[in-house]
Amino acid sequence: MTHKPDESDKSGKKPRTEKPISFGLDSFGDIPTDDTGQLMTYAGAIRQVVKEAVLADKLGIDVIALGEHHRSDFSISSPETVLAGIATRTKNIKLASGVTVLSSDDPVRVFERFATLDALSNGRAQIILGRGSFTESFPLFGYELRDYEVLFEEKVQLMAEILKEKPVTWTGTTRAPLAGAEIYPRTESGRIHTSIGVGGSPESVIRAARYGFPLMLAVIGGSPERFVPYVELYKQAGAQFGTPTDEIGLHSPGFIADTDEEAVETAWPAHKINFDRIGHSRGWPPLKREHFDEEVAKYSLHIGSPETVAQKMAKTIRTLGITRFDLVYGGGPMPAKARLHMIELYATKVIPRIRELLAEDDKPGKKAAR
Amino acid sequence: MPDNRKALTILGAGKLGIVLAQLAVRAGYVVYIAGSAGAEKIRLTVQVLAPGAIAATADDAIRQSDIVILALPLGKYRTIPKELLADKLVIDAMNYWWEVDGERDDLANPQSSSSEVVRDYLGNPRLVKAFSHMGYHHLLDEAKPSGSPGRKAIAVAGDNQTDNESVAALVNDLGFDPLLIGPLHAGKQLEPGHEAFGANVDAGTLRQYVGL
Repeated sequence: MTHKPDESDKSGKKPRTEKPISFGLDSFGDIPTDDTGQLMTYAGAIRQVVKEAVLADKLGIDVIALGEHHRSDFSISSPETVLAGIATRTKNIKLASGVTVLSSDDPVRVFERFATLDALSNGRAQIILGRGSFTESFPLFGYELRDYEVLFEEKVQLMAEILKEKPVTWTGTTRAPLAGAEIYPRTESGRIHTSIGVGGSPESVIRAARYGFPLMLAVIGGSPERFVPYVELYKQAGAQFGTPTDEIGLHSPGFIADTDEEAVETAWPAHKINFDRIGHSRGWPPLKREHFDEEVAKYSLHIGSPETVAQKMAKTIRTLGITRFDLVYGGGPMPAKARLHMIELYATKVIPRIRELLAEDDKPGKKAAR
Repeated sequence: MPDNRKALTILGAGKLGIVLAQLAVRAGYVVYIAGSAGAEKIRLTVQVLAPGAIAATADDAIRQSDIVILALPLGKYRTIPKELLADKLVIDAMNYWWEVDGERDDLANPQSSSSEVVRDYLGNPRLVKAFSHMGYHHLLDEAKPSGSPGRKAIAVAGDNQTDNESVAALVNDLGFDPLLIGPLHAGKQLEPGHEAFGANVDAGTLRQYVGL
């Protein structure tokens, strides 16, 4: 069965659904500084994320997504273990990976771990699968970069089978075959919510549509507007494959403080250290302040006072017609206190303000501000 | 009616190839684009992301124009059909990106630029390096008509002056101020680990970055 893409999508007008927008937080477990300005230990950084997730849950934030890294500047290499810790101390917040680097993982084990998390959290586990733009996990787990594409393609295919929670029969080149394998524990709902994270590769967008996975766009540089055609590509591909494409989310970095100046001055030194450390291994020159300011002013760094960030996020939500926004927070060695305050402002000021701005657009006779 | 539009072929239908196709269509070029597999595999992508560009196989796409941009992962340069490129003006927009290309001794040679490695493989002295230093998202966001205030620059490095000028004209058509920085070897200045890598700046600043 196929269906035509919604005509309103092509007009460039906001194709938002009635579905309420979900607001999340996203972290890789960057190492924060404590009250004395000292870097926390890795263990301290992990406990800090748990503390932040507990606060986020209390304040009504919808999702916490934790990504995996296997390098010195980040504390989280095993997101679902941290999420399991969060699960037993929270009530409502959804617990997601962001992303699970599936290429260097085993889909069977991924399912087992997230199904366990789903049990501990009463059905709040979510998986976001990704190829990963960082590939430090490949040598660590014995994978070859020359298999970068086939590893992801095959494992997504297998993962899609496993998620049906029926006996799995599968053959491929990247792991041992499965013949009617039963994989446990089964979940209570029968399905773990699973999306695919995409950084801008058109092939990955089409792959997400092919398997009917929700799409999570990672917008970490440049304008969010440039992803409008990607949303269209996802919808058209879904129409061809006969798969649903109504869930589209976005993950983008930001920081919120009481004033624009405080937000920018707190974020800049931490962001520079973070950027330069990654840049050093990738060959980028050190970040200049004017380029940081340009990204804040024009592009996808959502940094500022609650009003500034709310306006910017609302604009992105309208432009892309997304149903979920996960704000990547606390990049680089940022004071732990500032991170907690940011979460408070996000929940109590930014999210309500965005809902207000979007509700204004929906009033009859009112034109959406572009 | 004869089609007087200029033709351009892009090898690689990933992030960079698609952005270059978008810019070239906008600039009025007839654009042919090819991925690593058949035309069918990229047809929807091209139709939605770069409407107006024509999805083709690499062989067909190359035959359609005299200028070919290489926008595939550098690690795959040995898959380029070099015999078809012998008489073409070839633009190398690729960079060594170890995260995906893997650790490669042939590409990490500190003596020569990666474009010289590609030139030697292709056996084509008309190779010009361009569109390699600016991130693909900035390429799309920053393209502006000639003479716009704050227009950003793209460096061009090649051994043949006529070809360099042709590429400079293309850079200008696509929305950037061209900056000729010298022979192909000078393209080393644009590679990862150098000041100009990732540069999204105007011509005056880019000139300083490459030490001109």
